Amino acid sequence: MVQVGVAAVGQTVNRINPKYQLYHPKWYRKDYPIFWWLEKFAYGKFIVREMTSLAVGYTAVLLMFQLWVLSRGQETYQRFLGFLESTPVMIFHGVVLAFLLFHSVTWFNLAPKALVLRLGRWRVPNALVLSGHYAAWLAATALVIWLVAR
Amino acid sequence: MAESITLQIQRYRPEEEEEPVWQSFEVPRHDEWMVLDGLNYIKDNLDGSLSYRWACRMGVCGSCGMLVNGEPVLTCATYLSELGGGRGPVRIEPLTGFPVIRDLVGDIGDFITKLQRIKPWIIRQEDKPLSQGEYLQTPEELALYQQYSMCINCMLCYSACPIYALEPDFIGPAVIALAQRYNLDPRDEGSEERGDVLSQHAGIWACTFVGECSAVCPKHVDPAGAIQRYKVTATAEWFKSVLLPWGKR
Repeated sequence: MVQVGVAAVGQTVNRINPKYQLYHPKWYRKDYPIFWWLEKFAYGKFIVREMTSLAVGYTAVLLMFQLWVLSRGQETYQRFLGFLESTPVMIFHGVVLAFLLFHSVTWFNLAPKALVLRLGRWRVPNALVLSGHYAAWLAATALVIWLVAR
Repeated sequence: MAESITLQIQRYRPEEEEEPVWQSFEVPRHDEWMVLDGLNYIKDNLDGSLSYRWACRMGVCGSCGMLVNGEPVLTCATYLSELGGGRGPVRIEPLTGFPVIRDLVGDIGDFITKLQRIKPWIIRQEDKPLSQGEYLQTPEELALYQQYSMCINCMLCYSACPIYALEPDFIGPAVIALAQRYNLDPRDEGSEERGDVLSQHAGIWACTFVGECSAVCPKHVDPAGAIQRYKVTATAEWFKSVLLPWGKR
């Protein structure tokens, strides 16, 4: 094993690195890898959560486009529905739905961290904040189903 | 020695090598030994030149944070016998995100500078005279910030934060949590002063909520939660200042 003496005055230092200047050592800075998000499951999950926001954006644009198509009349809308029901589009939208659900669930799970609610002296527990989100989601879904089905 | 375990340690001796190298040491394997005990064994018996920081050995001083098998941990609170099924090898590196001065010692000057910027002390607009006694608090008032006051400045959260590694200007998880420790203290009146630092892009808005800072925190401070809470506060303040410009900002 190589023993390195302390760089005190009068002591010999085993200096192998030719770039080393006595009393002016260089700090070592490691480059952060581009694929850092593959190094830990939690980092990967974070990147997937961020990337699935594209699916959220896509769905919002799609819904607005659908409304616009609806305003163009019955025939145009039926043609658009036919397009939506084609197999490749159905498969694509299945994937989009999976991404949407992943995004929503992961974000909902994080919500209690940002929302610290107090009612007087009582701190609303995280589980209640979380279930409130899911309840609101269920209520919105039920409303949409009711509007479509009635 | 009856049973031993291999510690692979990242060595960086600037006078010897331009880049860090790995060096393996065999140390005794005792059930009650922490990683830090293994390092101290090396320092005392095998290689006195090994450099690392430690002080209290009881998870209070926050000096002995290192990467152990890739995870930022306090080496005084991590059993050797629990790593890799107790057989090793155990890989020990300095914390990510800080320039390495020597072996396992990082330069933490950046953290200290940022910590000072948020004025981590109780700020009063006007101090009341001593004759009026201390500032009393109820247990409920203490509970508002107590969690954030548990931070021991160990910087494990910085090491776990990819944003800090990618955007060195980011003031980082612990500093924001400590700012919240004072902002949420009812005795404090300095949240506006801290807001200037916290509300910048390099403050709370650089955080993308990876959440690993809270996962690695040995004191359950939850810096990620502190940052998100402050985002809500800063947004509410901004709306108030826009909608009620005549009100006190």
